[in-house]
Order: sequence, then structure tokens, then C-alpha cells
Amino acid sequence: MSLAGEANRGARGAVCGIYPITPQTEIVEFVARFPFTKGRVIPVESEHSAMAVCIGAALNGARTFTASSSNGLAYMAENVMVAAFYRLPIVMAAVNRTLGPPWNIWADQGDSLMFRDFAWIQLYCDTNQDVADSAMLAFRIAEDPRVLLPVMVCMDAFIVSHTSMEIELATQDQADRFLPLCDVPHHLDLEHPVTIGGMSFPQETLTHRLELDEAMRRVPAVMEEHRVTFREVFGREVAGDLEAYRTEDADRIFIASGSISITLKDVVDEWREKGEKVGMIRIKLFRPFPGERLRDLCGNVEKIGVLDRNYSAGTGGIFWQEIRAVLQGQGDRLVQGYLTGVGGGDVVPETVREVVRDLSQRSKAAAPIWKGIDQ
Amino acid sequence: MSAANPPSTRTSTHTDCLLRPGNTNCGGCGMSTGLTMLGRALADEDYSLVIPACCGIVTAGAFPTTSYTVPVVASTFASSPAVASGVAAVNELNAKPDEKPKHVICWAGDGGTYDIGIATLSAAAERNENLIYICYDNEIYGNTGGQRSSATPAAAKTTTTPGGKGERKKEIIEIMAAHRIPYAATLSIAHPEDFQDKIHKALNIRGFRFFLVHAPCPTGWKTEPAESIELVSLAVRSGVFPLYEVFDGIDYHINADPDDTDPGEYFGMQKRFSGQDFDLLSVTRNIHERLDRLRRLSGISVDRISEL
Ligand SMILES: Cc1ncc(C[n+]2csc(CCOP(=O)(O)OP(=O)(O)O)c2C)c(N)n1
Ligand code: SF4
Ligand SMILES: [Mg+2]
Repeated sequence: MSLAGEANRGARGAVCGIYPITPQTEIVEFVARFPFTKGRVIPVESEHSAMAVCIGAALNGARTFTASSSNGLAYMAENVMVAAFYRLPIVMAAVNRTLGPPWNIWADQGDSLMFRDFAWIQLYCDTNQDVADSAMLAFRIAEDPRVLLPVMVCMDAFIVSHTSMEIELATQDQADRFLPLCDVPHHLDLEHPVTIGGMSFPQETLTHRLELDEAMRRVPAVMEEHRVTFREVFGREVAGDLEAYRTEDADRIFIASGSISITLKDVVDEWREKGEKVGMIRIKLFRPFPGERLRDLCGNVEKIGVLDRNYSAGTGGIFWQEIRAVLQGQGDRLVQGYLTGVGGGDVVPETVREVVRDLSQRSKAAAPIWKGIDQ
Repeated sequence: MSAANPPSTRTSTHTDCLLRPGNTNCGGCGMSTGLTMLGRALADEDYSLVIPACCGIVTAGAFPTTSYTVPVVASTFASSPAVASGVAAVNELNAKPDEKPKHVICWAGDGGTYDIGIATLSAAAERNENLIYICYDNEIYGNTGGQRSSATPAAAKTTTTPGGKGERKKEIIEIMAAHRIPYAATLSIAHPEDFQDKIHKALNIRGFRFFLVHAPCPTGWKTEPAESIELVSLAVRSGVFPLYEVFDGIDYHINADPDDTDPGEYFGMQKRFSGQDFDLLSVTRNIHERLDRLRRLSGISVDRISEL
């Protein structure tokens, strides 16, 4: 994020509003240490203000970013919404941590998923490399004039946020080449004074929402375009909206997001070695939801298992609900939800094997199945 | 358009006329007069406004029109000083020595200042952000129909204190002074020269500058729209709303000495203070206590002033 901010030194600069919360703290501490040529890091008194600072700075034409997690995101919520409704290309790292109380610092996606209807683009990353690359990609998508929407780069608490792995870091030169200078077309202009965010009647508000919707729908194609540029500049791939693995001839498909996908991939390999036709899809882009591609990838597969590290009380996993909605009207297939790692529990290979076994034997869908509960 | 808002002969893009004619504010609205005076004081300046939820943003009117002639950002209710910090940061990063400075001004109600926004305000003051914060104090939540705020004075009736408010008003200037910001001052729309002088003074100071404008609200105060200026003038003379300024949080100056005007005149003109349980004696005692303290802080011998 700091490299991206620095890359805007030739334009209006970079501004970052920061406020700490475990396990996001290291991110903002790093940003605070970064020697920007043309940037300011503003250590505010709350997450609500951290986002407000980004809103003000973005409206004045700067590249902006922040980071938060869990209750910090909940506290920030009101301004999170403003960022999208003002069409500001703010990038935020969201470290997925269980919402409290009870206080629990481990991974759960319920925090960022509360913003699923806030018109933010959401990327769920699986590894440190994916986080670093997706943050870079996020600025490019957010600032694309066809999009102009904020992006949340989400990662599982500790499992991703606090593990080290060897990654290829971007250089400043690559960041400079990959990111055009930030231009917020509706930035404050003394020559053309307008009031941003005053009252609006239902008809105008409806138009605003339709425009938001159109911008959102352009995201998958824009993202593909910038992935190509990413490959050219960085010489490696960054994952796109969905990652399919061994799905071509599969008769069972498992769908997950975040770090669970890594464990799932290993288990898929295990079962493939036994001759079982299982495959998996990782959902990286959750908003906008790449429904059409998901439908294509699922083809006619009759059994689909969804692993959610989040839940909507009394209903089930949130990804599971989305997937069912997308696949509805697609025949009598079985889409079973599994609640894995809700509240931060480890999702070990054996948990995933249980899920694969369950779906393999299952002939009828049941209510979402909780995993990891001590018997 | 409000009664207290003289029609402008300027072209609507001239910043001398900050508030265009044709806005929908109530007649006699003190906030509207305050905006007009602010526009005149800043006629030669480049600036943007950040306005949280309050009557001040409703003033803009409905999209795609606006009553304001300068760029305005509507912020969430608690956020104006934080949004303004972001705007000001980018102004500074892009400041050029040969260009006029671009100012950022928060225009916020008492609810946004004394209540929901106080943490944000305190933090921006503590960071000594380079911006001007103006609270127009109508002592009520005007926009939502007249509920109490912590700026509502004791005994005032509001929709949520139907029997009169039991608690005193917060001393916001003292709160701001305690942050040791370079400049804090009160303004009255009955004292336009003092208003203008202090705004000009603030323009030449760097860092966080805070103003409190006494803003009569006929709708909420249950007063006659034509009497708004008379009311705030009485408030200054009787010591209900003294005009003073504080430099660096410690150096107090009274700008207009209150005279012997009876605060009862001020209270008597407002139906929000009507009713048998309004205890003018104790309210007056509080006013005098506050005045004495202010005079002591200004280094003026209390006895001498009391003789005035
Ligand atoms: C978070 C939030 N809570 C409540 C409101 C509703 N609201 C809008 S304006 C307002 C009162 C504003 O009072 P004040 O700041 O004194 O300004 P005035 O209306 O008097 O001009 C309230 C409660 C809101 N916009 N946002
Ligand atoms: S309610 Fe009061 S502050 Fe609001 S516009 Fe009317 S008079 Fe002005
Ligand atoms: Mg008010």
C-alpha cells in the first residue's frame, strides 16, 4: 500500500488515516514508518475518523488507504458507506477477525461481510503473496474511471496476517509503472464549486444507485484487463475473480474463500489420488459476485459443498447463500453449506476431509452443518 | 429565503455571496446570517466548506442545485473535522509558494460539535490540524425538529426536555482552550465588525482555529424571526453570550464588555424559557459566575467591571 501511495507522488500525493486494532496493527505501523515523498499519515482517534480522513483526502484528489478489522470495521461502518456512495477509490485492508463480544482475535469473515451491501468491491485473499499483489491490483481497479469504487482487500486474521512466507515484493519502479497517477474526477474544484453529498430526492437517488450498480458490473472485465497488465509489469499472475482447480471432470465441487482454500486444495489432491473426481473453486471476488462465471464453472455438477468461515445467524453461511441464489433454477442439484472455522477455529485437513466425506455420501441437502464443535 | 438574509446583487459565483438567495432556511435564521457574514469576511479567500449533518447542509438544497458558491463536502454527523483534516492535508501537500493558501472550514451545528462529534473535534484540535472550525450554536438539534443538545441552556424547553432542561450548557470554548489550540473565539451576528476582524485574524494563524457563533433559531426558540438580531445583541450585552477570544488556550480577551442589561430581557423574548418554573434568579446568578470567571481569566479585576 505504501508503494502505491508513493507512486502517486507526481500527482496529488497520498494520505492515510490510521487507527490500530489487533491483528491489523502491523499494517498501519508499517505505513506510519514509510518515508513518503508526498504523503501524510494521519493517526486519528477512531476508525470512523480514519475513513473520514480518507474521504476528505480522496475528495481533494489524493490516493488514499487505510486498514482495519473486526469491531474497528463495525465502528467505521457509517463512513465506509460514504466512501462508496461518494465513488471514492479508497483501498482498505480488512483483516478478518471475529466480531466481539466475546472478545476473540481469531479469523472469521463476519466483519467485512457486514459491508456486502455497501457498494465496496471485496477481494478475499488466500496467501501473503495474494494480499500484496491484490492490494496493488486494488488501486488500479478502484481508480479506473470506469469503476471509481473503493476496494476492500480481505485476509484471514493471523492465518494470513501473521504468518511469514517468502513472497515476491513489488519494487517502487514496478508500482510506478503499474499505477497511473490517481485522478479523482469529481475532486474539489474552486473554479467549479459543487456540493457533494447534499440532499437528493428519490428519483436522483435512484439514478445514483443505478450508476453504482453499473460501475460494479463493470468490475470483473476491468479486473481481467488489469491482471494482464499486472502480468506484464510484475512477471507473475495475480488471481482473478474465481480460481477453479481440477473442476473439469469433477462430479463434486467444493467452494471456499480465504485461507481455507489452501487446505481444501491439498485435500482435493488427496482424494484425486484415490481416484475420486473432486474439484474446488476459490472465490476471490465476492463483490460484485461473479455469478455467471461460477455457474459456468459448476456446469452440471450435481453436488456442491460450500465452506464458510462466517455465518448469518439462523440462516447459514453467507457465501453459501450467494451461491445458492446464483445456481437457483439450475436443476435439482445439492448445494450443502458447511460452517467451518466460525469464531476462528482452525480448519485442519481432517475438518475438510469430513466435509468431502459428508457431501460424497449425502443424497439430500440439509441445514448448514456446523463443524469444529466439541462433541 | 430567510428574512435575515439580504438579497445579493452579486453574481452567484462570486464568493462574497457564499449563500445564494433562494435557499429554504427559516425566516430569521441566525445560521443563515452567520453564513452571509462569513462569506463577506472571506470574499478574497480560496476555501472549501465541510458540513456535517445539520441545518447547514440542508441549506445547500437538493441535488443537482446548491445554495453555496464554494465547494462543499457533506460529512457524516460526527466526522467534519476528520474529513476536513484529509482535505487540509492534501491542500498542504500541494501548496505552492506563489499561490494563495487554500483554507478548509468546518461549518457545524452544536449537535455535531458538543455531542456526537466531540471526540473527532478534540482529536483534530489535539493534532492541531490546519483548519478553521465554526460551530453555529442554535442550542438545539434544529434539523431533526428541536431536541436538546449539550449546548441547550438550563431551563430551555425542547421536544426532549418538555419541562425545561435540568443541566447547564457545556463550556465549549473552555474545552477547546484546554487543547491549547492557537485561537478560539466567540462571534455574534449582532457584531459584524468583530465577526469579520476575528475571521481575518484567524486567517493569519496556522493550526486549529475554533469559533462559536450564537445562532438564533426562531423555529426552535419560539421567537419572532424579526427579533433575531435584537436577541443576540441582548445576549452579548447581558453576558449570556460574551464576546471573547483565547490565544494559545491561555490568553483570554473580552472583546465587548457586557453592560448592566438584565438577562431577563433576553429570556423573556423566548417562549422556550416560558413557564412558572423558570428561575430567572438562579439563571442570572450562573451568568454572573461565568462572567466573573471570564473576567478573571482575562486579567480584569472583577470588582471594577461589575461597576460598569
Ligand atoms: C449518525 C447520525 N445520527 C443522527 C442523525 C440525525 N440528525 C441529523 S442532523 C441532527 C441534529 C443536528 O443538530 P445540530 O448539529 O445542532 O445542527 P442543527 O440541526 O441545529 O443545525 C441529527 C440528530 C444523523 N444524520 N446521523
Ligand atoms: S431550524 Fe433554526 S437553524 Fe435550522 S434553518 Fe430553521 S431557523 Fe435556521
Ligand atoms: Mg443546533
